[in-house]
Amino acid sequence: MNMDLLIPIIITLVGASTPILLAALGELVVEKSGVLNLGVEGMMLIGAVVAFAVTFSTGNHWLAIVCAALAAMASSMIFAFLTLTLSASQVATGLALTIFGTGFSALFGQAYTGKPIIIFDSMFPDELENHPTFRVFFDHSPLVYFSLFMVFAVWWFLNKTRSGLILRAVGENDFSAHSIGYSVVKVRYAAVAFGGAMAGIAGSCFPLLLTPQWAEKLTAGRGWIALALVVFAAWKPFRLLAGAYLFGLVMTIELYTKASGSMGLLPSEFWAALPYLATIIVLVLISLRRSGNSAAPACLGKPFMPGQ
Amino acid sequence: MTILTRRTALKLGAAGMMLPLVSSLVNAQEGPLKIGFVNVGPKDDNGWTFGHWVGAQALEEEFGDQIEITFVESVPEGPDCERVLRELAQQGNKIIFATSFGFGDYTIKVAKEFPDVIFEHATGYQRSENVGTYNARFHEGRAVMGTLAGHLSKTNNIGYIGSFPIPEVVMGINAFTLAARKINPEITVNVVWLSSWHDPAKEADAARALIDQGADIIVQHTDGPAALQVAEERGIIGGFGQGADMSAFAPKSHLSAIIDVWAPHYIQVVKDVMAGTWVSDDSWPGIAAGEVVIGPYNEKIPADVVAAAEAVKNGIVDGSINPFTGPIVDNTGTERVPAGEVIDDAGLWAMDWYVEGVKA
Repeated sequence: MNMDLLIPIIITLVGASTPILLAALGELVVEKSGVLNLGVEGMMLIGAVVAFAVTFSTGNHWLAIVCAALAAMASSMIFAFLTLTLSASQVATGLALTIFGTGFSALFGQAYTGKPIIIFDSMFPDELENHPTFRVFFDHSPLVYFSLFMVFAVWWFLNKTRSGLILRAVGENDFSAHSIGYSVVKVRYAAVAFGGAMAGIAGSCFPLLLTPQWAEKLTAGRGWIALALVVFAAWKPFRLLAGAYLFGLVMTIELYTKASGSMGLLPSEFWAALPYLATIIVLVLISLRRSGNSAAPACLGKPFMPGQ
Repeated sequence: MTILTRRTALKLGAAGMMLPLVSSLVNAQEGPLKIGFVNVGPKDDNGWTFGHWVGAQALEEEFGDQIEITFVESVPEGPDCERVLRELAQQGNKIIFATSFGFGDYTIKVAKEFPDVIFEHATGYQRSENVGTYNARFHEGRAVMGTLAGHLSKTNNIGYIGSFPIPEVVMGINAFTLAARKINPEITVNVVWLSSWHDPAKEADAARALIDQGADIIVQHTDGPAALQVAEERGIIGGFGQGADMSAFAPKSHLSAIIDVWAPHYIQVVKDVMAGTWVSDDSWPGIAAGEVVIGPYNEKIPADVVAAAEAVKNGIVDGSINPFTGPIVDNTGTERVPAGEVIDDAGLWAMDWYVEGVKA
C-alpha cells in the first residue's frame, strides 16, 4: 500500500462511518434524556427504504432525506407512546421497533427491488471535487458535512444551552427535574423524536451515499454498532466522532489491504471481526479507567412514573 | 405460496408441537404435496435467494394445486436454521430445500429425525438416505466471464469480491482466473473476502478499495449488485451479474451475467417424489443442461471478444472444453494438474488452493 491511496481510503472511510455517526448522535441525545431506544436498526431501515422510494419517484435527494427523517421519526413516536405514556419496557419496545422496521421496510420495499437510483454526490465544482489533494475535503456527499455539523450542534446543544441542561437533568434525575416543574415526559418525547429523525437520515445514507439500491436488511447491523458506539464514546459527541471514524477506518483498511493483493498473515474472518474487536477493546479500556460505568445517564432505561 | 420470515416461522413453531396429528390427517386425505424452502437471504436480494424464489414459482406454475410451498427467508446459517428445518418437517412438508451451504450439518441432523421427509441441500456435499444435494456448475459460467475479462482488462488487475472461502467460491475464482490468463497471462486477480453473503454497503466499499488500487474489472461472488453500481459510477470497464441479470443497475458496466436457473432441477425432484422414484444423489448440471445460463453481452464488447466467449461456452456444452484442464499451477508455484489431465468432481469439491495469478 502506498501514500497515493491515503486520500481514497479517507474518502471511503468517511462514507462508511457517516450513517453510524448520524444514528449514534441521535441515540446519544435520546440516552442523555434517560431513554434507551434499541430500535435504531429498525428506524434506519425505515429511513433507508423511504429515502430510496422518494428518490426513485421524484429524483429529489433533499426531499428524500426529509421524508426519511419524518418517517423514522413517526416510527419512533410509536416507541415513545408505548414507553413514555404507557410506561412499557424500553428494552422490549425498542427491540420490537427494530423487528417492525425490518418487516415494514421489506414489505414497503418490495416494489423497489431491482431498481437503481442516482447517488447523492458531492455538490462542489468539479475542479475541487477532482483535485488530487483537496478532494479529500470536497469529494463527499452533503450528508457527510451534515453529520459533522451535527456533531458540533449536539455538543453545543447539550453543553451550552439551557434546553440541553434541562434534557440532561431529566436523564440524570427525573424526579428532581419533575419537582422543579419540567415535564419529563415532554422532554423525552422530543429527544426520542430527534433520535428517530437522525436514525432516518442515517438510513438514507445507504441508498443515497453508499450503494444506490434497495435490498432487504440493507443496513446489515450498522444500527447495533451505532448503539454500542454511544456507550463506547461515554455519551460525548466528539468521542462519538472519533469512535465512528475509528470503526470506519478499521473496516476500510481491511478492505484496502485485501484489495492490494497482500496475502496477509491472518485469516479473513479475523479481519472481518476486527472492527468489533477494536470497539470492544477500547470500551474495556475506557471502563477500566473510569472504574465503572459512571458516564451513563443515571436514569437510563428507567420508566418515569411520578404517581408512584 | 406462503412466505415466511424467520421470526414468523418461529412463532409457528409453537403450533408445530401439535402438528403430527394434523399432518397425518392431511396425508390420509391426499392433500397437496407440501414443500418447504429455507433460504439464507431475503427473496428480494436481487441475486441468489431471488433465483430460488423464481424456481419455487416455476414449481407452482408446473404443479398448481398439487403442491403447497412455504418459502422461509433470511434464515441465518447456524443453530437457528436447525429449528426452522425441524418446524417445516413437523408441519408436514414432504420435501425441504435448504438453499445455502451453511445449512448442511443441520440438514443432515434434522433429516435423521424425519426419515420420511426428503431433504435437498443446495451447494452441499453431505448426503444420507433422505438427503440429496444439488448444485449448478457455476464455474463453467465463470470460465466464460474470465474469457471476457482476459480480453477486456487494460490494467491486468481484476478485483474479485468473495463471500466465504468455501469450495464453491474457490472453484469460481480459479475457473475465472484460468480462463482469463489463457487469454492474457499478465492478469492477476485480487480477492477481497467479506465474510458475508449480504452486506451491500460493504460490497460497495470493497469495490471502491479494488478500483482505487487499479482494478478495471470487478467480479463478485456475493448476492447483490452493489459492486456493479460502483463500477458504473467509477466508469471502469465493468463487472458481471451474479445469479441474475443485473444490467438494470449498471447499463454501461454490466458486461454479462451468470444466471442461475433452478427450475429444471426443482421440477425433476417433485416429479420423482410424486412417482416414488426419488433417491438421494448429487445433481450437478451446468451450462449444457440449462441450469447455468450466460446473460446477454454488453453492446460495448467487440464482436470478436463475444465470439471468443461464445466459443468457450459452446466448447463447455459439447464437452470439448473443461475449465480445469492441466497444466494447472497453483499460486505457490506447485503443479497441481499435469498437462492433459482434468480435475474430477471430488477434486473440485476439495479445492482449497488457488491457481497462479490469484492473490487471496
